Amino acid sequence: MDIVFYISAAVAAAATFLVVTRLHAVHALLYLVVSLLSVAVIFYALGASYAAALEAIIYAGAIMVLFVFVIMLLRLGREATAQESQWLRARTWVGPGILAAVLAGEVVAVAVVSPGGQAAAGQAVAPVAVGASLLGPYLLGVELASMLLLAGLVGAYHLARPEAPPGPPRKGH
Amino acid sequence: MGTVPMEHGLILAGVLFAMGAAGLLARRNVVFMLLSVEVMLNAAGLAFIVAGSRWGRADGQVMFLFVLTTAAAEVAVGLALILCFYKHLGTLDADAAASLRG
Repeated sequence: MDIVFYISAAVAAAATFLVVTRLHAVHALLYLVVSLLSVAVIFYALGASYAAALEAIIYAGAIMVLFVFVIMLLRLGREATAQESQWLRARTWVGPGILAAVLAGEVVAVAVVSPGGQAAAGQAVAPVAVGASLLGPYLLGVELASMLLLAGLVGAYHLARPEAPPGPPRKGH
Repeated sequence: MGTVPMEHGLILAGVLFAMGAAGLLARRNVVFMLLSVEVMLNAAGLAFIVAGSRWGRADGQVMFLFVLTTAAAEVAVGLALILCFYKHLGTLDADAAASLRG
């Protein structure tokens, strides 16, 4: 599993470097997804399979989808169609594609070599232990995290709501 | 088991964090600044996972979960702010908001 860690580390470093140097936001997003996926493979190689799944599902999935939606909202204009056709060129996606193919090859190789995923490069921590710890000593932290998410939800809704229609000023505002 | 030294994992976390910080300081587009903050948060989570893996404890993954929650809340508010920013100023240049006037 050592080689898996080092290859994924190289992919993560390369993809992250490309994230901060790209000029186009969508190109940077593609590389950021690859970077997050490679970190997920690193988590798996280190024996943190639960964190690896969460990294792939929440970070590379949900949060990146939010970014994509907002970037699409920001590009409403005449040039949007021209940009769309430009993004479909191979030059845009071949870089992230190659890096993601390296990661996929690693995952397949690991699945072939050790089907149970037992040979971790770090000490494996089972999801059961994480769950017991979350709902045991860290229960207060989980409650606070839920409050934080609720505050984020309300804050995002407040900021993104449409402007109030012109009319008489409401009391207390 | 336990053949990757903890230092290598922490070095990777430091490299990723430094690249995110450099991007945050160098870029003036607010979308890229938020992406760089994401990279930095992810690097911090990686450091937690490496440490948890080194000692074989679940606490590293629990802290990673909290980092993930913070990142999700921060992205929701940050993206809503970016939409407001673009709607009011018509640009994504962070320097356009330097006057702090609505």
